[in-house]
Amino acid sequence: MSEAGHKGVLDWSIQPPYLHAPYVATVRRAPHHPLVPLAASLMERTGPVYGEGDIGPLDHDLTKNAAKNGEPLGERIIVTGQVLDENGRGVPGVLIEIWQANAAGRYVHKNDQHDAPLDPNFVGAGRTLTDEKGFYRFISIKPGAYPWKNHFNAWRPAHIHFSLIGRNFSERLVTQMYFPGDPLLEYDPIYQGIPNTKARSRLISRFDLETTQPEWALGYRFDIVLAGYDQTYFEPGGH
Amino acid sequence: MRAQYPSQTVGPFFAFALVREGGNILVDEQTLGERITLKGRVLDGDGEPVDDALVEIWQADAHGRFRHPADPQYAQADPHFKGFGRSGTTGEGFCFQTIKPGPVPPSPVPCIAVRVFARGMLIHAVTRVYFSDHDNTQDPVFAGLDPVRRQTLVAQRCELPSGVVYRWDIRLQGEGETIFFDL
Ligand SMILES: [Fe+3]
Repeated sequence: MSEAGHKGVLDWSIQPPYLHAPYVATVRRAPHHPLVPLAASLMERTGPVYGEGDIGPLDHDLTKNAAKNGEPLGERIIVTGQVLDENGRGVPGVLIEIWQANAAGRYVHKNDQHDAPLDPNFVGAGRTLTDEKGFYRFISIKPGAYPWKNHFNAWRPAHIHFSLIGRNFSERLVTQMYFPGDPLLEYDPIYQGIPNTKARSRLISRFDLETTQPEWALGYRFDIVLAGYDQTYFEPGGH
Repeated sequence: MRAQYPSQTVGPFFAFALVREGGNILVDEQTLGERITLKGRVLDGDGEPVDDALVEIWQADAHGRFRHPADPQYAQADPHFKGFGRSGTTGEGFCFQTIKPGPVPPSPVPCIAVRVFARGMLIHAVTRVYFSDHDNTQDPVFAGLDPVRRQTLVAQRCELPSGVVYRWDIRLQGEGETIFFDL
């Protein structure tokens, strides 16, 4: 995607390209010019810092954070994992924001026209910070698949959207977590937009009996490797 | 080395989770610096406004300091300025209430880091915005860019009765396509 010789943060053998024609909306939104290499300045080596004060006590629990008169419908799940850097070290203090459809495959978003019921006790948004070793944990409901109009009979596989803000501007990822064994993955141009099967499969969470809580909720494990400049490094002289 | 995880589109339905009330307002009454509004549209290859994009900005305070421990002047950074903002592009486009950042050495001119996410973008795009009232050719990054294309990074200053507005459109594709960086 860029000139040879520039070693940027993103690995373009793993990251999806801007243009992936089977995902029709990319056709008019993909930049045509190649990316211009950017040597990171102090601006890209710094970024917003979040602390416990930015997170409310129920923010990580989507089964409670929007409950009005009961529990949301659907299959209760625990989603947990560790955020690591490319050296395999846990990344603390990452702001993770998630959003998803409800069990019936419907978002609360006003533009979602899917004819499936809303759930009065479920909004489908949560946030948390990774702990000192990079671990996070959410409680939610397994999202339903939903139709979209990309092509005839197009359905998104069940997924949870993840947004991660790491230790500096360069450490940023927006992605989606999928569920094991989902037959829709094979037909999904968003998932298939990732250039190789190995990279794709990393976005599929793993069912985890250790995380699963008896008589209560199924557990899924989803570790995330976040690329970026090491925050401990900056050039002498400050740029 | 661990392999990094691939990006996926932010999709059309992120606003209820990511666009919080006031998330595009970076200032409070005590923030130091010149109040500015940074606004514009995100445009697709047909020149049509993209109304479901998310724009994020990151910038220094009025003295060119980042509120982040990697900045050697972190301790002196303005406590009333975090420097991060998010805006959705529904309706008029994106809009930020912020301050003009100070220049960050070795550059003698200010700029703001920008990231764009949207449905139809499997991965975000990274860019920068400079200001029309500075000699941006003094900036080491700007100076190295194509002299025609780099104009896509310059926001135009407008002094309105309501205050200073910088107008800047982000063109994802086609004529006047914004420069995007491989960070
Ligand atoms: Fe979705």
